[in-house]
Amino acid sequence: MKKYSSVILLLVACLIIVIPLVIPAFGGEFAGTDDRATQAIASLKPGYKPWFEPLWVPPSKEIESLLFALQAALGAGLLGYVIGRRHEAQRRNVDH
Amino acid sequence: MHIMEGYLPVAHAVGWFAASAPFVAAGVVSFRKIVARHPEARLSVAAAGAFTFVLSALKMPSVTGSCSHPTGTGLGAVMFGPSVMALLGTIVLLFQALLLAHGGLTTLGANVFSMAIVGPWVSWAVWQCSRKLGLSQAVAVCLAAAIGDLATYLTTSAQLAWAYPDPVSHFGGAFAKFAGIFAITQLPLAVAEGLLTVVAINALSARIGHLDSFGMVEERKRA
Repeated sequence: MKKYSSVILLLVACLIIVIPLVIPAFGGEFAGTDDRATQAIASLKPGYKPWFEPLWVPPSKEIESLLFALQAALGAGLLGYVIGRRHEAQRRNVDH
Repeated sequence: MHIMEGYLPVAHAVGWFAASAPFVAAGVVSFRKIVARHPEARLSVAAAGAFTFVLSALKMPSVTGSCSHPTGTGLGAVMFGPSVMALLGTIVLLFQALLLAHGGLTTLGANVFSMAIVGPWVSWAVWQCSRKLGLSQAVAVCLAAAIGDLATYLTTSAQLAWAYPDPVSHFGGAFAKFAGIFAITQLPLAVAEGLLTVVAINALSARIGHLDSFGMVEERKRA
């Protein structure tokens, strides 16, 4: 695999994500599928009450997005660290 | 693919816990083995977990006008085999259940089963078959990640259909309904996940394009 192919793959992945946003035919509310599944349950079994509540719920959408961003940042940070270390190790092996 | 807290009947919740527990236990054993045999692989396992952490936090828009997220479990399944992903996926799902009210503790067993067990095993099987068929490494990785991602969402659909069968069309009708929500939305996202997984493997491989030099795949076969 050549190096530039990663760039092309990333661009294609971006296109796949952006197309639904910019082409009106695909438009919608962009609600989460998890919520839509919960609505489907309500239609299959009207009156169903969940028997257990989450122990803690983020108090607002902002706090929720903060935690999602934190999750992604932790993952991306660690991933970037490992990739950086690997490339540095490789470079040294090549030098010596 | 997160079944929300309290949305599975008690018997189902308990059953999925019982089904998932041995896989997670095997995942712990597998993790210990990998680290004992290859201490240097610790970082690679962490990278596989980190990839799942990132991708499952990203809710992406799809052609159905809904949003959903990839799972990121295919990368680790290809690198280390599916077993250890049961452990890594459980950690991600626990984080989301406790801090994000996404998924839940009572539905953890079911969610682990779909995302951390079925997805990785399907990815691994697709990877093995693709390689035997002589497909290139990049294509095999892409297929493995994409089909594993879809398998996770189909499993969630089946789990919900089992718990909430349609009064008229029973399991089949309900499965079509849930799969209509999950699987169709997931199709383009699964392709995106496949592409991103190839990019991640490329970036992680010490020599570009040589997965073997990544350490584990060949080692695991010999071990």
